[in-house]
Amino acid sequence: MALIELIDISKSFDGELVLDEFNLKIKENEFITLLGPSGCGKTTTLRILGGFATPDTGRVLFQGEDITYLAPNKRQVNTVFQKYALFPHMNIAENIAFGLKISGKSKEYINDKIKYALKLVNLSGYEKRSVNSLSGGQQQRIAIARAIVNEPRVLLLDEPLGALDLKLRQEMQYELIRLKNELGITFLYVTHDQEEALTMSDKVVVMNQGYIQQMGTPEEIYNEPENAFVADFIGDSNIVDGIMLEDRVVKICGHVFPCIDEGFGRNKPVDVVIRPEDIIIGKPGRGIMDGVVTSNVFIGVHYEMCIQAGGFEWLAQNTTSYPVGTKVSIGVIPENIQIMHKPQSEDEEAISLDD
Amino acid sequence: MTKSAIKRLFSGPFLAFILCGTLVPLVVIAFYGFTDRSGAFTLDNIMAIAGGHHAQALGLSLALALISTLICLLLAFPLGLILKDSKIGKKGFMVFVFILPMWMNFLLRTMAWQVLLEKNGIINIALKSLGLPLLDIINTPAAVVLGMVYDYLPFMVLPIYNALIKIDHSLIEAAYDLGAGKGLVLRKVLIPLSVPGIVSGITMVFVPSLTTFAISTMLGGGKVNLIGNIIEQEFTVSSNWNLGAGLSLVMMIFIVISMALIEKFDREGEGSMI
Repeated sequence: MALIELIDISKSFDGELVLDEFNLKIKENEFITLLGPSGCGKTTTLRILGGFATPDTGRVLFQGEDITYLAPNKRQVNTVFQKYALFPHMNIAENIAFGLKISGKSKEYINDKIKYALKLVNLSGYEKRSVNSLSGGQQQRIAIARAIVNEPRVLLLDEPLGALDLKLRQEMQYELIRLKNELGITFLYVTHDQEEALTMSDKVVVMNQGYIQQMGTPEEIYNEPENAFVADFIGDSNIVDGIMLEDRVVKICGHVFPCIDEGFGRNKPVDVVIRPEDIIIGKPGRGIMDGVVTSNVFIGVHYEMCIQAGGFEWLAQNTTSYPVGTKVSIGVIPENIQIMHKPQSEDEEAISLDD
Repeated sequence: MTKSAIKRLFSGPFLAFILCGTLVPLVVIAFYGFTDRSGAFTLDNIMAIAGGHHAQALGLSLALALISTLICLLLAFPLGLILKDSKIGKKGFMVFVFILPMWMNFLLRTMAWQVLLEKNGIINIALKSLGLPLLDIINTPAAVVLGMVYDYLPFMVLPIYNALIKIDHSLIEAAYDLGAGKGLVLRKVLIPLSVPGIVSGITMVFVPSLTTFAISTMLGGGKVNLIGNIIEQEFTVSSNWNLGAGLSLVMMIFIVISMALIEKFDREGEGSMI
């Protein structure tokens, strides 16, 4: 059974619909990430779970029990806030002990828990330090420690790494994965950073405009985006119009590409996604289409190039540099071509493309 | 001239004002306080505070100032909480309403209370017509406290409101999230974090309440003698500037002591109020 179930949740602020009949099941011991641009409803979902917002319609079930209107202090969930929200008038130990003192735990228990939690977040010995003497990353770890000592069934994390610099963010991602494995509790993580979502999650829920666009493992989301919004939002991609001539054959920019998708029918217009790293660059005439390199930027691991071919500017990544003006061919192996249905109606298109 | 020298030049008028308006009078008061009419050094003016009716007046002043400060605090904190959460409060409208009385001369407002509270004043006329028992507090300490609370309440509301709205809302949510109910959120988060506002509110109500002579004159009808009244009378009626200055110095010491006490409480409160 699902640990948490959101059923037909709708919520609007000042007449603007933020969540529209939203449904989600969260399993025990899952690292699930809500991913989407700002205003997509991900934070609202988290606040509804934490008890800081009540949905206009719909229900929240916790182990089958309705908690839609339960006060936040009565829920078996704890939140790690975006801005840490550590109490500035208390030292680190007092911050961590806050929830434990309220639930009436003994002094020895509380002291043991503080030690354990500080060790878990690699800040042993920080008990007496003041909040303001800590860096952003350290404060965030204390915020996590403060939440987990209460042994919540679910830990809600609201863009907890948003304020940290890149290096620290990457370190903290691994810390969070380790923590989740050690604690064995469910993590619900909210972020707009696709890299964070892909690195840490068991399951990613891509959201836009209050709707779920796609739900799946990071691999599924990245390799098989279901629509243009997901493909565009997750990583770089080339999204082009194509026509599915028959099963396993798609026509793009007037050229026929073999692919592995089936069941789209004959001569159906489709959206085609090809990741830049999947484009094979070769000598003219060796690939499927010929083209010309129009730009070339070195971005660290590889060169990012634009190739004008078949009336479309393809984004390609390669460790070999092809100078601007070079005539090249491009090709893609069938497994790396992702075919998606075109949006059925204008409405659906608005949902997936409007941002 | 260097940049910092120019900057320093701008502080000139203020420094001159402080010098002429504060330091020089202080020195003059100290001089009068420690001398007698012939100009010889004496401690009599200072020691006069121990004399019967002076000590009594000081005691009454301290008591009334404490009571009115406490009443202001009890009124202002809940008000601050309401203003903090109200939508209108955010636009500053409610705050505006509360500081509006400050735009009127405070003597005028106190006089208005005199008219309201009189034996045959507006309140009693209204009470009489309703057949209710009459209010008989004019010329009593109660009327003076009422006047102090009325006059100085905005000075308590503003700093407390300012401290409360500065509290990050996520701190309150975090407290709820960690299992605290409304009472605990108030005790462990809202009150400790608004201590700076409370302290400046207390200072801004307590000090003028302690030193006032206008309110006690108007609403006490000469029957409520505060230390402020005594000092004023020494300067005006008795023309004994030396005694007046001596008593002023004593009161200054009391104010400094009480501010130091509040300050100490404030600093202790920062970490230990959990």
